[in-house]
Amino acid sequence: MTAASPIPTHPRLGIRMAYRLQRLLRPNAGYRRLSAGIEAAGPARRLFTGGERAVKGTLFGCRMCGQCALPVTGYVCPMGCPKELRNGPCGGVGSDGSCEVYPELRCVWVEAYERAASQGRAADLRLLHRPADNRRWGQSSWLNYWQGRDDDLWIRS
Amino acid sequence: MSLRERLAAGGFAVTAEISPPRGAGAESITRAVTLLRDWVDAVNVTDNQGANVRLASWAGSLIAMAAGVEPVMQMTCRDRNRIALQSDLLGAAALGIRNVLVMTGDHPKFGDHPGAKPVFDLDSVQLLWTLRGMRDDGILLSGRSLRPPPDCFLGAVENPFAPPVPFRAGRLAKKVEAGAQFVQTQFVFDVPAFREWMAQVRDLGLHEKCYILAGVGAVRSLRALEYIRDKVPGVYVPDEVHRRLRAVPPDQVAAEGTRLAAQTVRQLREIDGVAGVHLLVAGNEQAAAGILDGAGIGIKHDGH
Repeated sequence: MTAASPIPTHPRLGIRMAYRLQRLLRPNAGYRRLSAGIEAAGPARRLFTGGERAVKGTLFGCRMCGQCALPVTGYVCPMGCPKELRNGPCGGVGSDGSCEVYPELRCVWVEAYERAASQGRAADLRLLHRPADNRRWGQSSWLNYWQGRDDDLWIRS
Repeated sequence: MSLRERLAAGGFAVTAEISPPRGAGAESITRAVTLLRDWVDAVNVTDNQGANVRLASWAGSLIAMAAGVEPVMQMTCRDRNRIALQSDLLGAAALGIRNVLVMTGDHPKFGDHPGAKPVFDLDSVQLLWTLRGMRDDGILLSGRSLRPPPDCFLGAVENPFAPPVPFRAGRLAKKVEAGAQFVQTQFVFDVPAFREWMAQVRDLGLHEKCYILAGVGAVRSLRALEYIRDKVPGVYVPDEVHRRLRAVPPDQVAAEGTRLAAQTVRQLREIDGVAGVHLLVAGNEQAAAGILDGAGIGIKHDGH
């Protein structure tokens, strides 16, 4: 947990576009080299991380946990869940799909399911997410992703 | 016969829920257990339910054991981080507590300390996975080994009625993969909806890997019904239930609630894959005998 309390956030990026970008940003040798270069220089890293914070904060309400689950949660951030469930939803979802803690907002996991299912990706929600590493808060998850440090975030059953 | 043995033998298991007191006394637990112990295989001891401070569930479990019933220690992710949760499981196992029920837990916002820091370091799936690793692989979440490993029977909860309904059986599948050996569900008032969920559970083959205990509660009064509907997250009460309980004179609501629960137990028992019922009768333990008697489930004499 960091300073800001988690709050369910409706993503501002359409799901088709999100999956298109996912294909475009998949790790490869180029991204690996690029991210290694950015990480090597402190100012570049800070600039890049700040950029990520601005972009993902606007689009997904990102809180910079540094271990991004968005690719398998229909691009709805699970760290916006007031219980920060990475294997949600909990059993307290309202009958209208509202969040137990913020009844005026929609449960992020209900939204995640709907968005993923709409693109034939409902099976993504069956992945078992490992516990978050709380040392990673504030880090760039893009750099972690391209550097292969995100490979064990979830277990494929 | 333990809960695990009863289920393994294919018997219809009965568990019931009790709440520890807000205070440092054992009497209320002993009293509740006395009302239940001849009727149930095990008693769940809640973990600061509704995010309200109560006597600790491990301690309540020990008191229940001393009063003559096998406990199911409930464990939520709300108040303890991964270090404390693992440590508590080791302690509970060393003291002879075998059944552990893992759940996320209600948010502190709903309890008597709304300003408390919500922990949620692990979620319920991760906690199940952690505990299974401790038991089966003898390792902590960190990878360090432990000795001796705890012997525990791991339970989960699921709410078949909460959105996204099409994913609820899949979510149970996740819990089963993570280590759940039995599951207790949220209140079942809507039997047809539960039947549909069970069909999906069977399609996934989960009833063969995990014992399914359906949650049933007796409504004591119209006020209790309103409370369950409005204040307990994730409980849905169909209008039909409201109509039925409103139709009787006020002094007969409790009896009608017990009849309704007994009827529900009978219906649930006929559903393929249902291994038992979990009675949500905390604070209303005297209703258990009436429900089970009405459902044609007799006293369990073994062990007493």
